[in-house]
Amino acid sequence: MKNSKQTPYAVEMLQVVKRFSQVLAVDHADLQVKQGEVHAVIGENGAGKSTLMRLLYGFYTADSGTIRINGETVKMTDPGVAIAHGIGMVHQEFMLVPRLNALDNIILGQEPRKGLRVDRQKAREEITRLAGELGFQVDLQAEVRDLPVGVQQKIELLKVLYRGASILILDEPTAVLTPQEVDELFQMLRNLQKQGKTIILITHKLDEVMAIADRVTVMRRGKTVKTVPKDSTTSGELASLMVGRNVILDIKPPPVKPGERVLTVRNLSLQEPGSARVLVDGVSFEVREGEILGIAGVSGNGQSELAELLTGLTRPTSGEILIRGQEVTFGSVRRKRESGIAHIPEDRRNTGLVMALSVEDNLTIGHQDKPELSGKVLLKREAIGERSDRLIKMFDIRPPRRDVAAWHLSGGNQQKVIVARELDHDPQVLVANQPTRGLDVAAMEYVYHHLLEARNQGKAIVLISMELDEILTLSDRILVMYNGRIVGEFARKNADIEQIGLLMLQGREAG
Amino acid sequence: MSLGNVFNLTLLHQTIVQATPLLLTALGGVFSERSGTANIALEGIIMMGAFFGYAGTYYTGNPWFGIICAMAAGVVVSLIHAVVTATYKVDHIVSGIALNILCQGLTGYLLVVLFQSQGSAREFVAQLPTISIPFLKAIPVVGPVLDAVFSQGPLVYLAFILVIVSRFILDKTVFGLRFTSVGEAPQVADSLGVQVAPIQYAGVLISGLLAGAAGAQLTIGTMPRFVYLMSGGRGYIALAAVILGKWQPTGVMWSSLLFGFFFSLADNLQGTGFAIPNEIFLMLPFILTIIVVSGVIGHSEGPAHAGKPYVKEL
Ligand SMILES: Nc1ncnc2c1ncn2[C@@H]1O[C@H](COP(=O)(O)OP(=O)(O)O)[C@@H](O)[C@H]1O
Ligand SMILES: [Mg+2]
Repeated sequence: MKNSKQTPYAVEMLQVVKRFSQVLAVDHADLQVKQGEVHAVIGENGAGKSTLMRLLYGFYTADSGTIRINGETVKMTDPGVAIAHGIGMVHQEFMLVPRLNALDNIILGQEPRKGLRVDRQKAREEITRLAGELGFQVDLQAEVRDLPVGVQQKIELLKVLYRGASILILDEPTAVLTPQEVDELFQMLRNLQKQGKTIILITHKLDEVMAIADRVTVMRRGKTVKTVPKDSTTSGELASLMVGRNVILDIKPPPVKPGERVLTVRNLSLQEPGSARVLVDGVSFEVREGEILGIAGVSGNGQSELAELLTGLTRPTSGEILIRGQEVTFGSVRRKRESGIAHIPEDRRNTGLVMALSVEDNLTIGHQDKPELSGKVLLKREAIGERSDRLIKMFDIRPPRRDVAAWHLSGGNQQKVIVARELDHDPQVLVANQPTRGLDVAAMEYVYHHLLEARNQGKAIVLISMELDEILTLSDRILVMYNGRIVGEFARKNADIEQIGLLMLQGREAG
Repeated sequence: MSLGNVFNLTLLHQTIVQATPLLLTALGGVFSERSGTANIALEGIIMMGAFFGYAGTYYTGNPWFGIICAMAAGVVVSLIHAVVTATYKVDHIVSGIALNILCQGLTGYLLVVLFQSQGSAREFVAQLPTISIPFLKAIPVVGPVLDAVFSQGPLVYLAFILVIVSRFILDKTVFGLRFTSVGEAPQVADSLGVQVAPIQYAGVLISGLLAGAAGAQLTIGTMPRFVYLMSGGRGYIALAAVILGKWQPTGVMWSSLLFGFFFSLADNLQGTGFAIPNEIFLMLPFILTIIVVSGVIGHSEGPAHAGKPYVKEL
């Protein structure tokens, strides 16, 4: 409730909801930001931070909920409204027109005029003054696309200040910066705070929160989980709030005694072509029969690349991959499949299925060379049909028809098609990358059931997931990946959520 | 007959005449593409402009009214294109093709209904006047020459004046800056409170207005009759001129003149008995169009977001 004697919150978002067609991105979120504070909003990728901020900025319109700016209820229908209320935003993906120069980018939408003309002279003077106050210079004539990202970010900041914003939203501003640039940015933010600006800083790095924030709001799966003053919390607490522990499914895998070593990975590395960036950095591990090895991590830390290396979609820069002692490091996808590696890819719609083809064809791809399904020239359509019917029945694919195109199926049933196809290979190793992304609970349970069954039958499974819950539920052993490296290993019984959370978020355990 | 007879004053005069409808359309194309909309319906809009310019003049006897009818027809067709692409986010090319077929059918139908003819409306109508610049004739020696070249209709003058006006609008005004930003990165304009759709509408409507005028130039500006399908691919050639002119008004002026030159060269060679068959020259503008569009020469980057619907949420 608003109290007229107190200073109102700079920003108050109450019970805000935003649904995109596929996902509920923001789910009854609350955010209260005090005037003049640096307020961090943290959460994993996909938690809904950017969407929440874009609602505040009027870039999207909320389905329901209230937004108040300095105590006044505002209908945020358009960024113009937000700008008029003194809100400015530096977006995660920079909002710059690459082929316009810095000056035009800054003034766009708020152009000073002289008659019909844009008064660029006046704009230049004003912006130069602003930049001077912040302590830097930019070449206003340069086309933005020719400027380094650090400079582009300064242009974004100038854009916001040029509009006289008093509430600044910065969406993951440090993601693109070098450590020195981060220090510089934070210094600048502290100065702005001294000038009385309110700053909302989005990040998923805990060090940064500890370095600059006054208060922190944690988001998880579209919800705002908690708001705490920085001084009364620890990195550890924030980490476990971020990665959370929602017991969605009560699954207790029966103990299985792991058998022989199936997959061995030694010192596997991948360097980004044409750059010095190392995406996968000296990764080594083993997986045994009847074992699920979970790989935890915040997305973008090399997990996808690791999956591609294991399945032959990409070739490593160095290292070895062995199946039962046989080297398959540089094998093609086909060779790897033949040696017993199956793959549930993270991108169901683009890598997993050919959406326009029928369920039958999708079940057959990758099996088309088997003698029972194909002659020398022609496919044995009858045998293919029988096999499809069998798999559709076994995996309960709905609708139970082999002739419908894959894109008619729900996400869960699409995933069943992939799981059926991959397990029908009778693989030695199954690489499952985000196997339940975007699925509802029933479909999720179904996938879990099949993964566990494969494990109980003695298959070796590498489970990659951004959902720590999923990893904790299914894995016999857990590795944590950070910046392309394995930074921690836990047996199921010693898995500690706070420790794992810290490793995922900052690569080391100490706060 | 010698080649000297071909490269004469008439050729220069004709080049300007032929370049005019291309230039008007191409300038429209610049506005449309710079604000993010590919408009291949320009071909159909020229047809409509030509027909309604003719019909308007036929019924009123006033070619100025004909121009207004032509422009109005162009605006109506382009409005459909704008609604379909900017509001309903339909693929720009699909909408353009549909509209071209519509215009083709509609002009053919109206030709039969209003003028009882399948191929052309034979009755001559009043033409737009020729404007001569008074003092040119008085200049000694070159005076008569300049006068011959520069005695042109009002739409010709309009086209070349619009080059300067467009340049000013796009480079110097607020409207121009917002225009360019919408064509390059609509989400950026959107994020700064610039309304994207109205700007897209404006670009498309300007292109319809100008292509309509280009159609009028074909009938009441050049030849006071209407012939079915008389646009003859000029809408597409104008789009090639936009690319060759690097989406700049001045560039578009030069590329339109180049295409106009090829057209008039072919015209001039007709019946001269020149060793190379006339048809080869008739092909030239189209061959150049193919070369330009395929990016072999004169390739340059267009507006980054041109031709793509701006969809904000999935
Ligand atoms: N424009 C959009 N259309 C459809 N879905 C979206 C859009 N923007 C975000 N999403 C979805 O909303 C969820 C939250 O995304 P986002 O707010 O970007 O998270 P964060 O910034 O915390 O990483 C994700 O599942 C994402 O795929
Ligand atoms: Mg984000």
